[in-house]
Parts: sequence; C-alpha cells; structure tokens
Amino acid sequence: MWLWNKIKQLAISWKSGVVTLRYPFEPRPAPAGFRGQPIWDHTKCIGCAGCANHCPARTIFLRDICQEIRILLYDSSRCTYCGRCADLCPEKAITMGDHYELATENRPDITQTIELFMMTCQRCGRCYDLEIKNSLDKLHTLGYRYDSLEVGKVSRQNTAEFSPDLLEKTKTYERPKQLEK
Amino acid sequence: MWKKLTEKAFWRSIWVYHCNSGACNGCDIEILNVLTPYYDVERFGIRLVGSPRQADAILLSGAVTRPTLPLVKKAYQAVPAPRLVFAVGSCAIGGGCWYDTYNVTGGGEKAIPVNYFIPGCPPRPEAIIYGIALALGLVDKKVAPVELKQMEFPVDMYRHRKLFEANNVIYKLLGEEDDRLNFGRK
Repeated sequence: MWLWNKIKQLAISWKSGVVTLRYPFEPRPAPAGFRGQPIWDHTKCIGCAGCANHCPARTIFLRDICQEIRILLYDSSRCTYCGRCADLCPEKAITMGDHYELATENRPDITQTIELFMMTCQRCGRCYDLEIKNSLDKLHTLGYRYDSLEVGKVSRQNTAEFSPDLLEKTKTYERPKQLEK
Repeated sequence: MWKKLTEKAFWRSIWVYHCNSGACNGCDIEILNVLTPYYDVERFGIRLVGSPRQADAILLSGAVTRPTLPLVKKAYQAVPAPRLVFAVGSCAIGGGCWYDTYNVTGGGEKAIPVNYFIPGCPPRPEAIIYGIALALGLVDKKVAPVELKQMEFPVDMYRHRKLFEANNVIYKLLGEEDDRLNFGRK
C-alpha cells in the first residue's frame, strides 16, 4: 500500500512536468491590464497640475522655475500605481506602462522630469495660472506645490471686492500706466 | 564598486529574513509566492530563515511604523556584518501613501540603511526575483532617470537667470538694484 501510494505520487508529479519558470534568464511580459510605471507624453502635456493635485501618495511635484518653464517631477519611489493620474489627465498624456523591472540601488533612477513650456498672457506676460475661485481653492493649489513659498510670492492675490489697499501693495502686475489728467 | 563587493561577499547562497514592519500583507503574500515551486528561488540558493542571526539579507516590507521601529533596528543589528537590505514595495521605499502620517517613520530608509529598492504596490513576484538577481549580479539594471523637454530654448533659461543674478550684484553695490528678482516687492 505504501509503495503504491509512492508510485501514485510519482505519476502525478510526472504528469505536471516542470512548472518552474526560468524567469530572470527569460523575459516574462506582464499580463494585459497590468498597471506599471506611468509614462508621460511630453508632447501632449499642458501642465494643468491635475495629476499633482490628485496623486494619493503625492509623488508628482510641480515647480515653476521661471516665467515660461514649469517642471513636473515624478518620483516613482512611493508611487502606488493606482492609475488616478492616467484617469484624470484631460489630454491623455499619461499612460500606465507594463514595465515592472524597476529594482535599483539608488532612488533617482526611477524618476521622470518633464520641462513644460507654458504659454504666457499677451497682456501681462505671465503664465496662465490655475483657476482660483476663492482663498480656500488657492490654499489647496499652493499646498501641493513643490515650492509653495516661492509660488506664493509670485501668485496673484485676489479679493472678493475691489480693495485699493491691496492694489497699492501689489506691484506684481505690469499694468499700462494711467494717463495723466 | 558595490556590485563587486556583493559578488565577493555573497558568492554563495544568500539566506533572507522576511521582516514585516506594518505592511498590509500584500508584499508578504508576494514574497511567499516567490518561494513556491512556480517561481523557485532556491535555484539561486535563496532560502527564507526564521531568525535574523542566520540571515544574510533582510526583505523589509511595509512602512516602518512607530511601534515596529525599534524592532526593525534590532533585527538589522542582529544580522551578521556583510548584509543586504531590500526594501520591497512602495511602503518600504518611501512610505507609500502614509509617508507623512503621524504614526509612520516614512519608509525603511529612515530606520535602517537600505541597499536595494524594489518598487511596486505590491511588486510582482518576478520583480522581487529581479531585484534579488540584480543584487547577485545575474541581470543588468533596466531603469534610468528620464528627462523630457517640450521645447529646446536657444538661450538656456537657467544660465540666463544665473547670469542675471550675478550681474545684479554690481547694481546692488551701486544701490540701483533691479526689481525683477523681487518681483516688484521689497
């Protein structure tokens, strides 16, 4: 009986054959629908910062280095590959790739930096900013920026009503000078 | 240099100790999956051991939470000297979604020195095998930092700004400072 059982086991294991994958020596593509590292298409990106505002792990940073250039930095190290950035992107500039062999010994290897050229306003010469409705919205947008202090210095200050005090304080806008009466 | 040292120090089989520091069990299941006959890692001589004293490497999973921080440090100290630490999953690398939570240290790197990072949430078993094979020198690294540009400027904007700042020093000394750096506010 004991021997018969052993023979049965042998037959079962013989039937299945070798199941071990020769993985690191043979490529093994990920199945369809696998969400790997997001890939940015820099020709489509408009720099709207939607991905940066909606990233749950805050891995996407935005930085305005000068008047025309905005830099988008994606740090993949704490990314959870949830795909919200790809869902949200209005221009479909982000696609979730199927690349999963991301192991590395230094963290800057898994970053992506994109230099975005921002259109400037014809009148004031500044970048188009995000739509800021009230001070709460303003706090929201500035809070997720990489350099919120610097941006706060440059960003416009809005008030609900016209206030001449703020107008006097603010000299950031290059308005056409008033005609002398 | 590190690779050469690894090849010298770990030319025999490496035994790993699986250290869970508050993970959601996603990474742990994938690590267990690596040990199954389907992805048989004992071909490379990798074995899971129960005690850090017998281990050569630590597979750290989970964002290091505050209660587990001293335990993780103790486990790291218990591993004998030429040791490797693999941070498995996005929590162990940078803290994941909980990188700035009150009860989380924010990744394994803030608790113990980490040698290899295996991103993924959770990483595929192949990705874990790939990370360990990378440490053993069996495969080549496949990632590099990506830099994309929408437009190439004829004048380098960074250099332009730096030059402007350098030139402005003279005007500062003369007392005719240019307002453009301060955006009109003083």
